[in-house]
Amino acid sequence: MLPGGGGPMKDCQYSHISTRSSSPMESAHKNNAPRRKWEVFPGRNTFLCNGRIIMARQTGVFYFTLVLIVVTSGLFFAFDCPYLAVHITPAVPVIGGILFFFVMGTLLRTSFSDPGVLPRATAHEAADLERQIDVSNGSSSGGYRPPPRTKEVTINGQSVKLKYCFTCKIFRPPRASHCSLCDNCVERFDHHCPWVGNCVGKRNYRFFYMFILSLSFLTIFIFAFVIAHVIHRSHQTGFLNALKDSPARYPFHWTWHNIHCSVICFFSVWSIVGLSGFHTYLISSNQTTNEDIKGAWSTKRGKENYNPYSHGNIVTNCCVALCGPVPPSLIDRRGFIQPDAPQSVAPSNGITMYGATQSHSNMCDQDQCIQSTKFVLQAAATPLLQTEPHLASNELPLPGKIPLSAPCAPLTLGQPTPPSSTPNLSCDTTLSDMLPAREEQGGPHFLTPEEVPSPRGVLSSGSSLTHSHTMHVFNLASQDSLHEDSVRGLVKLSSV
Amino acid sequence: MRPRSGLLIQDTIQSGSRRTFNMAETHSLQDMRQQAAIASKVFVQRDYSTGTTCQFQIKFLPELENRIDKQQFEETVRTLNNLYAEAEKIGGKSYLEGCLACLTAYTIFLCMETHYEKVLKKIAKYIQEQNDKIYAPRGMLITDPIERGLRVIEITIYEDRNGGSGR
Repeated sequence: MLPGGGGPMKDCQYSHISTRSSSPMESAHKNNAPRRKWEVFPGRNTFLCNGRIIMARQTGVFYFTLVLIVVTSGLFFAFDCPYLAVHITPAVPVIGGILFFFVMGTLLRTSFSDPGVLPRATAHEAADLERQIDVSNGSSSGGYRPPPRTKEVTINGQSVKLKYCFTCKIFRPPRASHCSLCDNCVERFDHHCPWVGNCVGKRNYRFFYMFILSLSFLTIFIFAFVIAHVIHRSHQTGFLNALKDSPARYPFHWTWHNIHCSVICFFSVWSIVGLSGFHTYLISSNQTTNEDIKGAWSTKRGKENYNPYSHGNIVTNCCVALCGPVPPSLIDRRGFIQPDAPQSVAPSNGITMYGATQSHSNMCDQDQCIQSTKFVLQAAATPLLQTEPHLASNELPLPGKIPLSAPCAPLTLGQPTPPSSTPNLSCDTTLSDMLPAREEQGGPHFLTPEEVPSPRGVLSSGSSLTHSHTMHVFNLASQDSLHEDSVRGLVKLSSV
Repeated sequence: MRPRSGLLIQDTIQSGSRRTFNMAETHSLQDMRQQAAIASKVFVQRDYSTGTTCQFQIKFLPELENRIDKQQFEETVRTLNNLYAEAEKIGGKSYLEGCLACLTAYTIFLCMETHYEKVLKKIAKYIQEQNDKIYAPRGMLITDPIERGLRVIEITIYEDRNGGSGR
């Protein structure tokens, strides 16, 4: 699998179209440098160190957490440890140091690792799923609102509903959830933690747990020894003097340091120890925060309700959560993009749907054909008068999409744009032409509502293209009997 | 009557677009892909009846009916299921690995790979072997599920060079 497959591509009529929102002209130049998959990742994540580090987009609170821990620990080591090491035991700074490094290690591990992000479905998968859903629903049940897309599955005797994710175009596995902040489906989704700057999911839950556990030990440790320091000093010099004393070697007033450490540690102890306790309970019962909040396995829902994922006893649940095998990352962020690899459906930008590769742009068009045909068929199936005018406008652009894979030369529209981008432009508009129609009828959502605004910008410029395009297309269609049949079929449908 | 004709038209358009698609060849590296064009892709979905462990449905798909023997196909999926179960197995060995990793602050994985990764390599080799021996001669290719995020087993069916898709 060679990463740089750009050479032979240049001979084709289709140029390499980037999934990023750069112009098609630029992407032809980028063809030579093999790009890594993290660069075109559709979720809302920040990648650092050339894809080695993955975090959420908003990382402000994470830096605050870092600063808080480092400053508090730093003050403790600078002001309390010298005294405690001499007067109590030198083990104090040693243990403190170990705890501090453990806390930092687990924090960074939680923040920088992939929580278990599920990659989005490829266009083929999405199309296949759509087909299966339609088959199971039956084409006659196309009313205003289609039934919600769920699948019932029985897991260890308990009935679980799998929901369809419209952004990722997959049926979410059990216990997975879509994080709206990161715009990804995450396996065994626990929660999105802003303090850590990342989602907490299957792959980093144990690091998160060890982080909060070790942090609670660290805060208790610092709190205890700051108090011990003050008490020890007060035995020697009196309590108030102990607080006020400013020994010569300390650069600034010592009182503020004590107050600072005590206050932070006091509040931290309650919140973090509480959180550790809560997560210990979750681990022992093998639940996620998500499930616990929703009361998914609570007996209040029904006497028959139980957690099908629990292994039965607390010890096994704990061992599995903390020492079980860690699956590798599914998103392969540092891999190179294969020239012939299918790209996942990225609904955020209308232009990006048309694939990064020539072969995929053909695949995409083929799937657009199938889906747009489906819309027409569904529209035809509903016995409402208002569908007819929509249909009349809908069925015209459709045939235009079919011969797109044919050489671009006959489809020149007198526009000074590169031939490769033109069919995509009109494709874009034809799809967006139909989108408002579909939304009014409440048909099944092919794209999420967020995408609708983005192609509209193209709509106004492209609408004239569409009509002239279809004129050319009808000429082409007549040449190919197959296309003629399909066009005839569509015309027949609309007249019914 | 209407839904049936609708489906017929859908099929016509699909095969029509496939025919026109043939004109633009895929530039892939495997010999078969360079010579043949993709007729369709079928997907084997996940089976969640045992929980969140990675298992695939052992259900014979109608598109493969005249391409491959049912037993053979089910055998392939069953072996893959067993391999994934082995990767995710919870037992003494995995606990030991987990504890050791924790003690060394996960730095041990800079030197050695996890048990899961070792089994994934085994799976890749198995799929390669199956493709070479069984599926490629019948005009099909299995894509490793890890490349699809362990969601599906994707089987690409290629058109025969002599024309006519395998329907």
